[in-house]
Amino acid sequence: MKKYGLKIVVAICLVAILCVTSSCSDKAQNEKNIVNIYNWGEYIDKDLLTKFEEETGVKVIYSNFNTNEDMYVKLKNGGSNYDVVVPSDYMIEKMSNEDMLRPINWKNVPNLKYVDREYLYHSYDPNQKYSAPFFWGTLGIVYNTTLVEDPVESWEILWNKKYERQIVMLDSSRDSIGIALALLGYSMNATDFDQLKEAEALLKEQYPLVYAYLVDQTKDIMINGEAALAVMYSGDAVEALSENEDLAYAIPLEGSNLWFDAMVIPANAQHPENAEKFINFMLAPENAAQNAEFIWYSIPSTAAKELLEEELQNSEVAYPPKKVLEKLEVFRDPGDMVKIYDDIWQEVKNQ
Amino acid sequence: MTKFWKRTYLTVIYAFLYAPIVVLIVFSFNEGKTRGSWDNFSLIWYQLLIEDAEILSAVKNTFFVAAVSTVVSTIIGSLGAIGISQYRKNLRNALLAVNQIPVMNPDIVIAVGLMVLYRSLGLDFGRLSLILSHIAFTVPYVVLSVLPKLKQMPQTLPEAAMDLGATPAQILWKVIIPYIKPGIFSGALMAFTLSVDDFVVSFFTTGHGVETISTLVFSMARRGINPEINALSALIFGTMLLLMLIMNLRTKSAE
Amino acid sequence: MKHFKNLSAPYVVWALIFIVVSLFMVIFYAFTGETGQFTTQHFVRFFSGSTLGTLFQSLKIALISTVICLIIGYPLAYIIAMSTSGRYRATAIMLIVIPMWMNFLLRTYAWVTILSKNGILNSLLRMVGLGPLDILYTDWAVVLGMVYNFLPFMILPIYTVLEKMDQGLIEAAADLGCNKVLTFVKVIFPLSLPGVVSGVAMVFIPAISTFEITALLGGNKTNLIGNVIEQQFTVTGDWHYGSAISVVLMLFLLVSLFFTDREERDKVHASASDMVDTHQDVAFPETNQQEVHYD
Repeated sequence: MKKYGLKIVVAICLVAILCVTSSCSDKAQNEKNIVNIYNWGEYIDKDLLTKFEEETGVKVIYSNFNTNEDMYVKLKNGGSNYDVVVPSDYMIEKMSNEDMLRPINWKNVPNLKYVDREYLYHSYDPNQKYSAPFFWGTLGIVYNTTLVEDPVESWEILWNKKYERQIVMLDSSRDSIGIALALLGYSMNATDFDQLKEAEALLKEQYPLVYAYLVDQTKDIMINGEAALAVMYSGDAVEALSENEDLAYAIPLEGSNLWFDAMVIPANAQHPENAEKFINFMLAPENAAQNAEFIWYSIPSTAAKELLEEELQNSEVAYPPKKVLEKLEVFRDPGDMVKIYDDIWQEVKNQ
Repeated sequence: MTKFWKRTYLTVIYAFLYAPIVVLIVFSFNEGKTRGSWDNFSLIWYQLLIEDAEILSAVKNTFFVAAVSTVVSTIIGSLGAIGISQYRKNLRNALLAVNQIPVMNPDIVIAVGLMVLYRSLGLDFGRLSLILSHIAFTVPYVVLSVLPKLKQMPQTLPEAAMDLGATPAQILWKVIIPYIKPGIFSGALMAFTLSVDDFVVSFFTTGHGVETISTLVFSMARRGINPEINALSALIFGTMLLLMLIMNLRTKSAE
Repeated sequence: MKHFKNLSAPYVVWALIFIVVSLFMVIFYAFTGETGQFTTQHFVRFFSGSTLGTLFQSLKIALISTVICLIIGYPLAYIIAMSTSGRYRATAIMLIVIPMWMNFLLRTYAWVTILSKNGILNSLLRMVGLGPLDILYTDWAVVLGMVYNFLPFMILPIYTVLEKMDQGLIEAAADLGCNKVLTFVKVIFPLSLPGVVSGVAMVFIPAISTFEITALLGGNKTNLIGNVIEQQFTVTGDWHYGSAISVVLMLFLLVSLFFTDREERDKVHASASDMVDTHQDVAFPETNQQEVHYD
């Protein structure tokens, strides 16, 4: 038996080496014509990548990250060369402060014209030098109306003992600490040590009530009716609500986070021109709309929004009214305090 | 213990071991995406799986990395073992102690060590770093499976060959290697399976979208339910079972 | 024969770079700060912060898992090994090895489907009128995941030792008036100890350092030492602190292995390398990973 086992291994080895060396030689020819994209998990309709490859002849190499922090570490610690990355606002601010970004040559990205003015020149990129908006959204609570009787108006409900092990929190230091800060009445961008310590105590108090700290899996749990309350990004909320009628979305009165994810080109990108091609492609209204219909997040472009299905266009979860948006706060780069944020998050989860 | 209780005990443990596998396979034929509830029989996930470039490239990467690292680590490891067996006792023990480090150390410490090493060398994380890492952690196992065979080999055997006028190369190819062949084979087999099955080392030392089956499953699982994973596992399991049956039948017919 | 010494040159170079240098790099990182100066602050931070608690939590969970594996695995290995039919023994062991052919992350992930609140287990329980069990994303889910993944590593070495045991000894004990229980306590169990020691090491080491099982089944609520290391390297980006924790983990394991009797271990190694030969074709070699030793 051993003999056959070995023969099989040898055969597999040969076939694998042959396959890959042949595909490698193809790759070698196209080595220059690639674009290395680093994006959030489940954040793009893969058909668009194929479409981009067909339109431009540029080969896409695509990988995922889980949180802004994952992505930052991967870029910061070297050993990685990406051409397009899609971080959030505060991370873009941090990266541009640390000279990790390369200015985009807007001449190569004419489709920027489709982006609405209100999504440009934001605090995270005041001169609109580095970033092209991808999606935006809010942070709120998705709750199951059959399981939650109390009104969901405040973050406080996430500390209600009645919902022990029915609450799903986000596994993200900024979002979770931000929620605790908002509940305490502080800015979600607090950099005051004592305020942050208060937030830490609050999160520790919440720990026994929490079912799990997750990011992308939350959606499935809520759709399956396995938890009563979950902190979710608005785009995931739209999708969850469309799959399960019992679900609803609320942005608490204390205020919440308004976020923007934008495409940027890292300073050490090896294919910046292809990166610009890709950014331009994603900004085209028909592509942005196709992506939004697949991912359910909100697009920063009226031209693209008009192409969406009626239902999604009119969704108040995806596109909340102005007066709701006015109360929301955009995350800023906390500078060196990020270490304190990391420590707090570690302490909370270490219990 | 009566026979009945023994049987029951075995059955319970086997049920525990096989439950997840049965679940994976059954739900790979489920049309719906929701877990735990059955909708309709469907092959949709298999169809999507075949079209999924990400999964296919992960499968390809897994076997390519395993193939290259098996070949390289078998050569390095076997030659290494032959050389080591000729060393003085102290030196040999020192080398074996070093060899033991990756075997006894937790995966995560090995992975972290390699990650730090590559960063200091300025090596990009990707397919090359992945292959190097796999060679690094499989070589010690090849050495460990070849050495016992060398130890069993009577020292008089190569000496006799030498007395009969064989050159060192001839001794190596005609005497030593044929003798230790079973050890080399089992070392290669071990390197291959360790490489295919590895998750921790790959997770830390890969990059640039180069995924293996393990790292892809991990990131997919963190992204949420994807029944394509079930279809993939059913296919892998089916293939393994088929291979085993073929091997069994052939050994039987050989007897 | 001296010519062949040179053949190991590539191996020696390889081992130096990938084993020795990489290990020293971790130690170097552990003792330096961001600017490269010598510091012990990472260790101070580790031993004064809550991460030390994580180490004890990992120790606790790994010990619980190891003990459960032993309690479940020993009788199983015993039942199989004591069977008189060789065919039965081969099939029974084969059935334990087969699940390991499937990627272990896939198998672990499947437990989510089984254990979740509206999952299969709870559907079954509901059918017989029992209340729902809330196991997923608790410490117990992590323990279950560990037992599930590492049980074969406990069964196989114990089985190997028991199977090779001289039946004559057992008969002799019976002839000398030992009853079954006494034979087991006085003869069988002591003789099987090397297998137990090997099994315990093979379960305990991966159990204390895993981060993937906790990530899949613990819902990021159960933070073990492996998770902390992983987070330092991937989320927080403090490689120096991460290296320091790795060094602590390594020393910790070194100390615990020191307590297992050297002689006992050597015996296991001898019997285990035999096992590689006898079961190679059945047991996928992964099962033998920590037992092949040259002595």
